Amino acid sequence: MTVRLEKTDVVIVGLGAVGGVAALPLTTAGLEVTALEAGTWLSRADFAPDELRNNVRGWPRSAQKANKEIPVHRPNASAPDSPRQSVHPMMNAVGGTSLHYWGLSFRLNPWDFKVASETRRRYGASRIPKGSTVEDWPFDLAELEPYYDHTEYALGISGQAGNIRGKIDARGNIFEGPRQRAYPMPPLRGTGFTDLMASAARRLDWHPFPGPAAVNSEPYENRAACVYHGFCSRGGCHVGAKSSTAVSTIPKAQATGHLNVVTEAHVIEISVNDDGGVNGVTYLKNGESYFQPAGVVLLATYTYENVRTLLLSKSKAYPNGLSNNHGQVGKHYLSHNTGAGVLALFPSSLNTWYGLPAQGIAVDNWADDNFDHADLDFIGGGNLWVYTERHPIAAAKMNTFGRAPRWGSRWKAFIKENADRWTGSYLQKTTFPYEENYLDLHPTVQDPLGFPVCRITADFKDNEKRAAAFIQDKMVQWFKEAGAIETVRQSIGTMGPTTHAYGGTRMGDNADTNVVDRWGFSHEAPNLGILGASVMGTSGAHNPTLTAQALAWRTAAHLIGNWRTISS
Amino acid sequence: MTAENEATGHNVSRRELLKRVILGAATVVPASFVTGATSAQESFETLTSAEAATLEAIVARLIPTDENGPGATEARAAYYIDRALGDALAPSREAYSAGLAAVDALARRTKNAAFARLAPQEQDDILREMESGNTEGFTPNSSTFFELVRTHTLEGTFCDPHYGGNASFVGWDLIGYPGIRIVVTADHQRLGQSPRPLHRSAYDFERFVKEVLRRDR
Repeated sequence: MTVRLEKTDVVIVGLGAVGGVAALPLTTAGLEVTALEAGTWLSRADFAPDELRNNVRGWPRSAQKANKEIPVHRPNASAPDSPRQSVHPMMNAVGGTSLHYWGLSFRLNPWDFKVASETRRRYGASRIPKGSTVEDWPFDLAELEPYYDHTEYALGISGQAGNIRGKIDARGNIFEGPRQRAYPMPPLRGTGFTDLMASAARRLDWHPFPGPAAVNSEPYENRAACVYHGFCSRGGCHVGAKSSTAVSTIPKAQATGHLNVVTEAHVIEISVNDDGGVNGVTYLKNGESYFQPAGVVLLATYTYENVRTLLLSKSKAYPNGLSNNHGQVGKHYLSHNTGAGVLALFPSSLNTWYGLPAQGIAVDNWADDNFDHADLDFIGGGNLWVYTERHPIAAAKMNTFGRAPRWGSRWKAFIKENADRWTGSYLQKTTFPYEENYLDLHPTVQDPLGFPVCRITADFKDNEKRAAAFIQDKMVQWFKEAGAIETVRQSIGTMGPTTHAYGGTRMGDNADTNVVDRWGFSHEAPNLGILGASVMGTSGAHNPTLTAQALAWRTAAHLIGNWRTISS
Repeated sequence: MTAENEATGHNVSRRELLKRVILGAATVVPASFVTGATSAQESFETLTSAEAATLEAIVARLIPTDENGPGATEARAAYYIDRALGDALAPSREAYSAGLAAVDALARRTKNAAFARLAPQEQDDILREMESGNTEGFTPNSSTFFELVRTHTLEGTFCDPHYGGNASFVGWDLIGYPGIRIVVTADHQRLGQSPRPLHRSAYDFERFVKEVLRRDR
């Protein structure tokens, strides 16, 4: 028996990185918002500096809805399933994965919004990778800039601007598009290692800059500055310096008195009226079933769960899943090409035990279309990123660079000397959407409720492999310039479940090839909005979260301005 | 009740409960690694004594006690694995039963003695064979079990001592990890600096003891 609750203006499914942002403008405008979150509130006492728990065992495990519905991957439609991951890349909690993400908060570069037209214009249509379904975004960077700005200030982002209203500042990213003002906080401090790498990049005539981070470099609003203790990756912040939505936009939305947060709410279906509009959401909590009616539903889980929820919400109006009468739900999927890293061994200690992955140095000279591709065999490129934070188990598991066996006394002597002399790199490279890469429901693997889990069918294509090899060359060059004595190129891997998953509910003007319109609302169910990187059609060379958050703010702003026509 | 109140009420009641538990836990948890000299056989909880003897012999060769100081034996890595097999690593319990028995069978077949009774060089021969994956008697193969034990031995040697391994911080000292600091200064991150090693578990800090309560619940 389902308990029918009182109608609310807006229901947000998932109060994480994007739902937690959208809630702020909506509640500030006076709309009544109910947020359904599968996880619970976590407090600072939950964020112990414990590598085994956080990084090895994939904290948090208990009460994690996500871990019971880990997507299953296969590289292509005729290949068997890959071994299933044991931990979901994302977590459930108020604030979602923004509690334990790295917090790198780059904006996309201008090219990322018009990859298709710019490639045709500069190199010819034949240079668009074969089989790719890439389209330009329905708007350019300038359209999204005000929402990037709102988000950066509401969350609290530290960084060095590289382009304020067209004025280039070489201390920041000279390739970034114009921004209206500086970041709300200066960048995180440098370290001996990051200074070493920045100097080497300058000697190569590249343009190194400190990365923008959702981490306080100084006290911001009522929150403390970062203490650089070295357990930021997959760890929440014990001083509240990480600008997760749980400590920034969500408390601000609560202060309006218009946000109702329901935790441990497991949403199973979005319901529709006969006219095709949505009318509310069914969820389970503590063994009870509830129906929450709403004028507007904003689906804000994560790429995999956004797609799965739509495909599971079948009705007379949508026999193949909600908003899927054009067969586009799950299509244009891509996951960021972040494999194919480079490891480096240095002749002396780097002292990177502490710090955080957002404390680092970026180079964008080889990202996007910031360099000429006329004589190259690929389109796009990558952001090069080196950073701090080293944990003891991971340090001991270091690559031995062909200089030692993997165990025994010789290995022990090797790690004793070298545990703090090596480093990795994080190389985010352009990934295109392809006809052959998509999400759907798995035919046999189910969650504990008996619903099929999401299936990923995806693999890297030639363009991604060539871009990866090119970027690895650049990273090797950078490490060598900085004094590395050995480097190792890691394999590109395949496209299993990841924290950088895009598409599946792509945004665009054409309803035949996109699920949501330019505002993030369904082409088919007009009062259903979709938030998250699932609406993004290109990856760029930078972390997705800030862009997904800016898009969420923009969708919320559009809803506020058009409340009467959108809500039902 | 608003969500904020709900969260606060949750914490307050737990904090009260916590104070009482911590008084006990704070004395119990560190004691488990201070007493590193305790005979492991006495304290194994999950493995049989035969399994424990084989495992202790394996970890002692993976990270030996040698001129570079204490190894997995002193870190009590086998003890960590034993505890974890009854808890977070329970899904691997079967693999250990089968794998450790297969190691011993291999030792008896090729060297005519239990693995634990072989000379170190003979033990290394067997471990190298396992690592190569060419040895019979393992399911699915010997390299899978070798990698499993190697992974868990590294965990048991370099983890937070809260979990029973890295006893007396021998693992962290081996690789020069300067320990858990709640606040890290710019000086701590300069090249050429060696921050003074701190020997504290995450759960020696009062602000994180809530986790101890959860674990013991």
